[in-house]
Amino acid sequence: MRASNVTKAVALALSVAWVAGCSTSGTSSSTGSTDGTDSGTTQGVGQGSGLSGSSMTDVANLQTVFYFDFDKSVVKAAGFSDLEKHATYLAANPSAQVVLEGHADERGTREYNIALGERRAKAVSRFMQVNGASASQIETVSFGEEKPAILGHSEASWSQNRRVELKYVTR
Amino acid sequence: MVSRFLAFSALFLTLSVQADNGDLAIEITQGIDEPTPVAVVPFSWNGSAALREDIAQIVSNDLGRTGLFSMMDRRNMLSFPSSREQLFFRDWRVSKTEFVVIGRQLPAENGQIKVEFELYDVLKEQQLLAERVSGSLNNLRDIAHYISDMVYEKLTGIRGAFSTRIVYVTAQQFGEGKVRYRLKMADSDGARPVTIREQSEPLMSPAWSKDASKLAYVSFESGKPAIYIQYLATGKREKIQSFRGLNGAPAWSPDGHRLALVLSKDGNPEVYILDLRSRNLARITHHYGIDTEPSWSPDGQSLIFTSDRGGLPQIYRIHLPTRQLERLTYEGNYNSRGRLTQDGRFLAMVHRGIDNVFHIAVQDLKSGRVDVLTDTYLDESPTIAPNGSLILYATQKGVKGVLGGVSLDGNVRFILPSASGDVREPAWSPYLQ
Repeated sequence: MRASNVTKAVALALSVAWVAGCSTSGTSSSTGSTDGTDSGTTQGVGQGSGLSGSSMTDVANLQTVFYFDFDKSVVKAAGFSDLEKHATYLAANPSAQVVLEGHADERGTREYNIALGERRAKAVSRFMQVNGASASQIETVSFGEEKPAILGHSEASWSQNRRVELKYVTR
Repeated sequence: MVSRFLAFSALFLTLSVQADNGDLAIEITQGIDEPTPVAVVPFSWNGSAALREDIAQIVSNDLGRTGLFSMMDRRNMLSFPSSREQLFFRDWRVSKTEFVVIGRQLPAENGQIKVEFELYDVLKEQQLLAERVSGSLNNLRDIAHYISDMVYEKLTGIRGAFSTRIVYVTAQQFGEGKVRYRLKMADSDGARPVTIREQSEPLMSPAWSKDASKLAYVSFESGKPAIYIQYLATGKREKIQSFRGLNGAPAWSPDGHRLALVLSKDGNPEVYILDLRSRNLARITHHYGIDTEPSWSPDGQSLIFTSDRGGLPQIYRIHLPTRQLERLTYEGNYNSRGRLTQDGRFLAMVHRGIDNVFHIAVQDLKSGRVDVLTDTYLDESPTIAPNGSLILYATQKGVKGVLGGVSLDGNVRFILPSASGDVREPAWSPYLQ
């Protein structure tokens, strides 16, 4: 919980920087062109310029949790845009790596759910590969129903638990 | 020697009784609507220090939990006989008690105790069982469960399974998303729990070896699932399988030499058999769907497993020599984690029917009939007692995971008390050696 709060705080701070740096662009296509400049900026990050890098800004600002329907592993359209951006970032930064953690809600059996969680993580992985990421940059792991995001026995909790969490190992 | 002689003579006596009254066992198995009244009288004790356990009460609880017997509350007993001379059958006939267990607890040297127990048929005024058992004062529960096994077998004709163990997983939250996962082992009645593995990452799918000397389970201690074998006597652990992707659902073969398991190293979850001696790995299923939760038929010739190859999770059986595949379940929209009874006839499973609630169900593989056994909520992980008398499973009570029990006919249901944390994934041991 603490980690995610930190992430949110950083994301928020960076999003301000991102908006400032990209004041001329408001459409998704111009976001793509921003991504195109990522490789150059990434070197700046590597030199230790810290949080000012716009490439980090992009990634940190994106959605990292993607939700699924019961017993389904179809990536929902709501996640397409941000997943494409993560993929584009990975394509532009070959040394960057992510882990996709697949999860299920508590209904059904545990081993079936761990298989379902893997299937969800792999669906996200395929989506990102289609959009330019390399298979070697993506690792999938499933926790099934073992690590719920929210405890509870109603659809309100279950819908939050059927998810894939995208985590950067290296940027 | 004397005690052994007593046991044998009692056995012969009982056999002759059963031969004379072939309906004895049948009456009891049919008698669930009207359970057989049995009284376990408090055992006498002439030692100096108080005993730590009440053996007679444990025996009474064991027998009562099967649902086959209605156990007499000791507060309603007219007397507490502990020997044949003190036992007046008329007193017990008045209360309609059909069988009485009496016993004497005698101190022995070196922290030992001797317990002599006798079982009587009240109506026939006959002794059915008389035996002496010795044990440690520290393990009075072992003695109690042994007596329960003897009495149960004498009254039902079915081997008792009280002297067995269960393992299960607990998850204890302590704030900030921190969880302690524990693999625990307890008596079949949930008493005497001991932790045999504890860690901060999930533990899953414990499975007993057929000789009950080791467990296989899935651990995420490295951040990814891997299969481990742990020896119960020494606590020694061995990492068996850690391929890329899933490593899960271990199931020991009846011969003890092979482990069925699930790997997704080839792209999606498939069932494999690992030969533990040669370390050869044989792939059993070939389908792009989810294939998981393998379990062996008692003869070791087949595996049953869950697959969503038909669109929804259902249970299939594959005959290993021929690789012939057969779908077993058709009723319900989600059937998974099947377990077979030792006679191979009944399939216990997690079942979701038209009410969309997960229950434990049993399918008679001969007739195809499916009976939903439980009325609890979010039921999973059925595990069958080695004598086929009861199914233990995981369920929810309030916001807590607990273990539930149900007889194979669904007539007897109970919840095991849980000490702390969320309890899940029970696995019933085979008979102990």
